Amino acid sequence: MEITTGWYLVLGALLFVIGGTGLLIRRNPLVMLMCVELMLNGVNLSFVAFARQLGDIGGQTVVFFVLVVAAAEVVVGLGLVVAILRRQPGATADDLSALRG
Amino acid sequence: MVDTLVFIVAAAICLTGALGVILARNPVHSALMLVMTLFGIAVLFVAQEAHFLAAVQVIVYAGAIVVLFLFVIMLLGVDRAQNLELSILPIQRWAALVFAGGSLLLLVGLIVVVNEPVTGAEAMGGAASGDENVRLLARSLFSDHVYAFELTSLLLVIAVIGAVVLARKPKEIQSAVAEELGDN
Repeated sequence: MEITTGWYLVLGALLFVIGGTGLLIRRNPLVMLMCVELMLNGVNLSFVAFARQLGDIGGQTVVFFVLVVAAAEVVVGLGLVVAILRRQPGATADDLSALRG
Repeated sequence: MVDTLVFIVAAAICLTGALGVILARNPVHSALMLVMTLFGIAVLFVAQEAHFLAAVQVIVYAGAIVVLFLFVIMLLGVDRAQNLELSILPIQRWAALVFAGGSLLLLVGLIVVVNEPVTGAEAMGGAASGDENVRLLARSLFSDHVYAFELTSLLLVIAVIGAVVLARKPKEIQSAVAEELGDN
């Protein structure tokens, strides 16, 4: 059995779906951020698979930018989580409805 | 043959880790499972000749982001078990199930149905292996995407400033603490 690009894409899709499901069923803001990382990694895997198949380095360049944005997102997201949990210890995502319209 | 074996093992590691992240009760276990997934993906990057990205994946994700997660867990002391049953709205589980089934069917179905080789313009350099990979990536990054690259530096500065502003204690608390210290 040869491993084609399709297998990598299926694995990427599985990681994306697992991450999205975790985002919906978990209420701990930290674990939700980790699930976002899972989704990003699933997409990264697809980008690299396409870069290989098309012989185009552009896909890997995009993954590089995704890494930078993910790092920035985690820094700001964890800053928010720390600020919220300091004010309201033990808060879950359901408790954070202060901005509800 | 070796490729197939590497893919199967790495994919199993990735999926086990991903399921561990969303099913572990303890956030610390979730973070450790996330490391497992990230390492599996780094292996798959190497298998696809993206050597630079594999190194960056290990350094940035496993080395920085997960450590940041663990630091926050330690700082806040939120490492107690989370009760999945109590903290979830009943409708949410069904919504998650529908989302998971639907998107899985859609994505995997699309990949299987459109199972013809992707066509596109071949890049001039191509994604060659070895040292060539780093060179090609650098050339692409610093010539075609140099403005985007410069913008990421701006993004990182904004993120750092934002984190500092968010992590600062509000002014009232600061002055209260200062008064207390002064009294003592």
